Amino acid sequence: MKVGVVVFPGSNCDRDMYHVLTDVFHLDAEFFWHEKGLPENIDAVILPGGFSYGDRLRAGAIASHSPIIKDVKKMAEKGIPVLGVCNGFQILVESGLLPGVLLKNDSLNFMCEWINLIVENNQTPFTNQFKLDEKIPIPIANGEGRYYVDDETMDKLKKKNQIVFRYSEVVNGSSNRIAGVCNEDGNVVGMMPHPERAVESDINPIDNKPSSLIFESLLTKMGVSK
Amino acid sequence: MSLEERELNELKSKIGRDPTSTELQIVAAEWSEHCSYKSSKKHLKMLPMDGPLVINEKGYDSGVLDVGDGYVITAHIESHNHPSAVEPYGGAATGVGGVIRDILSAGTRPIAIFDGLRFGNIEKDLQARWLFKNAVTGIADYGNCLGIPTIGGEVEFDECYENYAMVDVAALGFGKKENLIKNHVEKDDIVVLMGGSTGRDGIGGSQFASDSLESEDRSAVQIPDPFIEKLIIEAVLQARNDGLIHAMKDLGGGGLSCAVSETADAMEIGIEMDVDKVHTRESDMNPDEIMVSESQERMLVVTSETKFEKLQEICNKFRIGCSVIGHVKFDNNVHIKKGENTIANLPADFVANATLLDLPSKEPTYLKTIQTEKKFDLISDYSNVMTKLLASPNIASKIWVYSQYDHEVGIRTVVKPGTDASVLRLDNGKYLSAKIDGNPKQCYINPREGAIGCFEEACRNVVCTGARPIGMLDHLQFGNPNDPEIFWTFLESLKGLTDFAKSFEIPCVGGKVSLYNETPKGSIKPTPVIGVIGLIDKKPSVPQKISKDDCLLIIGDTKDELGGSEYFEYVHKFIGGKCPAVDFEDSKKHMESVLDIIDKNLIKSAHDCSKGGLAIAVSEICMTNQIGCNISLDKVPGEKLDVDRVLFSESHSRYLISFDKKNFSQIEDILNANKVSFKQIGQFGGEQIQFTKDSKLTIDLNLKKTHEIWLHALTNLVLHGKKFSDNNG
Repeated sequence: MKVGVVVFPGSNCDRDMYHVLTDVFHLDAEFFWHEKGLPENIDAVILPGGFSYGDRLRAGAIASHSPIIKDVKKMAEKGIPVLGVCNGFQILVESGLLPGVLLKNDSLNFMCEWINLIVENNQTPFTNQFKLDEKIPIPIANGEGRYYVDDETMDKLKKKNQIVFRYSEVVNGSSNRIAGVCNEDGNVVGMMPHPERAVESDINPIDNKPSSLIFESLLTKMGVSK
Repeated sequence: MSLEERELNELKSKIGRDPTSTELQIVAAEWSEHCSYKSSKKHLKMLPMDGPLVINEKGYDSGVLDVGDGYVITAHIESHNHPSAVEPYGGAATGVGGVIRDILSAGTRPIAIFDGLRFGNIEKDLQARWLFKNAVTGIADYGNCLGIPTIGGEVEFDECYENYAMVDVAALGFGKKENLIKNHVEKDDIVVLMGGSTGRDGIGGSQFASDSLESEDRSAVQIPDPFIEKLIIEAVLQARNDGLIHAMKDLGGGGLSCAVSETADAMEIGIEMDVDKVHTRESDMNPDEIMVSESQERMLVVTSETKFEKLQEICNKFRIGCSVIGHVKFDNNVHIKKGENTIANLPADFVANATLLDLPSKEPTYLKTIQTEKKFDLISDYSNVMTKLLASPNIASKIWVYSQYDHEVGIRTVVKPGTDASVLRLDNGKYLSAKIDGNPKQCYINPREGAIGCFEEACRNVVCTGARPIGMLDHLQFGNPNDPEIFWTFLESLKGLTDFAKSFEIPCVGGKVSLYNETPKGSIKPTPVIGVIGLIDKKPSVPQKISKDDCLLIIGDTKDELGGSEYFEYVHKFIGGKCPAVDFEDSKKHMESVLDIIDKNLIKSAHDCSKGGLAIAVSEICMTNQIGCNISLDKVPGEKLDVDRVLFSESHSRYLISFDKKNFSQIEDILNANKVSFKQIGQFGGEQIQFTKDSKLTIDLNLKKTHEIWLHALTNLVLHGKKFSDNNG
């Protein structure tokens, strides 16, 4: 069982994600540079956070044209779990794997703070261990994290159960307080908050158990016993 | 922007001919105050630089400390005051970039950034507000993009910085001892310039920083590109892992001129280089521009021909420039060519070591005119005074600043910004605590005691996390050193810091001197900023959440020391009074006692008393923990003082200890055994912050309302121009 962590020029949460996958959840993980392809034997793909290409043009816009994205798309079509965190979410949105766009926060500032998420969909490979409406204390750190879709797409998102996480309170002006969404099949998930920063009690001042369930959900999906 | 006549004559007599224009540029850059420390270097030697954990290697731009188990941390501090005063966004951002490359050049990964910011009175001065806002954004955009957490710092406003900006940046690095760059060269080694292209930005930056700021020379300000810096960090660390780097230096002040001559001098070698080999941003740059450009995001690497191919592969992977610009020679000369023509040829040690000056000093006359005592009418209720202080820009929460910095990336941040010192976890199970502190208001009134106070305050903050101080960074910022009165304040501060460092056995592991900080209205106040690094051997037990019925005790005497205090200066607009002084023996006893009671897991939190004194420190504890308190001022140990002085005195060496009352007798035993002056002064609970004297309420504030004011006052001022006191008397 192997998780691929995709690295773009400017990714900066790749090492944090790798640490959590390998040292905390004892998974086999491997970095894949954006110019490389993904091998067939990968069981899940994670696009970590950071500032790919320095956020030039728009966050995630340039990285979404990287060679590796073709393989990520193939994996997604095959139903393999794909998670994009923060800049990874922005890249998934820019590459068309997820609906919507991520705009500048309504404060117009970069925001780094701890917030609460509410689980809205517990059917994805990253949320199957949650109860609906469960709360997750978790940090955000982004400048362009305001999720936006038009009304028509919003209706579709609701109908197809594509809203995965919402903020418990208004944080940055996101439509419907959306913090994370999935594709129609539910195997591709994007989220702005950083689960890899919240699963260890050392650095989580509130409660590290809820965030851990994101990774435990993946373990369950992959059939790995804890 | 040129050499003084004396220096020009020295250069001519050394080389026995007229210097070329390139030689003049190189020497002017290297002999600038910024690069050569010519005014200060003689005196800096008084600071203790060795200690059991200090690792000294030639050519390091940052201090190295051994933290055990084969790991080291590196530390450095820099400022970017002149550029930030002209172009705050780019100036502050490139300030971060420069100090990060100093950490990188030792072969360690940067893991934390701290920034100390100082501006004019932002309540009145719109330019100060603009400078502040843009400097913060500059730091945020740069540090966030690099993925290095900005975990601490300080922000202060004072009229002495009108039309000016003080931007200090400190950084910490972490790595394996075996991976440190050893800075050694071999015969036939080549010199490589890695990273961004060389352009016309930052031309003459080091000389610009070594003059009083008279013109707004924007071309002297460097342009930031954090994306390139991030690629350089990853490329350099990969090259380090592969053993491809023999020696390395970052390009900062003075650009190639300084990097080449200082590398040659440190390694006792010669370097021959060709300006035509430098990858440039513009095609028509002349050799002099190439040699002194301070374009950012560049590293000078010495490697071998055989290793170069691998180094180039790494650079290609990250798509950063990589040019062989020259090679090592063993004649100790810096030999600059353009194609076949020699355009400069100078002895490296001569260029890299400007003749040091012995500047005259004289006690400033202003010190004799400072009023040492002034009484203010006492009032029965200090609630409004306290609210005003809590909403003042120097004391109000800095959440607007640190929430714009990614302080979590890297997943090391155990204690987050907004409390005393921040704490990072290290890979060997130990924890690192760090804080930077300055206090120009106190340093103005007494340069020696003020500087010692900054040092002790940084130590107190680190100690409050349970960490023992292991190293210090000093950043000495003053006005024009040619003014004997200003130079006296520099020497006094330095002597004070030296005495403290020696007495407490805290080695100085890095530092910087920034002179010529002058505003149109004159020199800035003496502004030493001190960074202290502490180490904790096990997971920190503090802070824990305080709950109802927990008790509060104070360690240390409260004295009649309000000189430079926020109460005197912000409330009463009075610059004067007695500057707080540190009693070294008491200070040591208190530190040891606090470390002991934290180590024995007897307390929930420790907080130091600093700006705003006891009253503000207690309120901060209440607001952070969302709990009220009742404090009896009659019990506060120390001299018999008027009530306003007990509340707002800024005496040092004081700690507020919160604990579960069941632990009191054990804490008491330890403090008594150490002969420490302390007293239990109150209890937590309820929804009011209350101080009583003679059983009457002196301060009675609602916790929630007060918290709102403190939390949002600075944001409201910066974003909406809303000054708290406008609406609230």
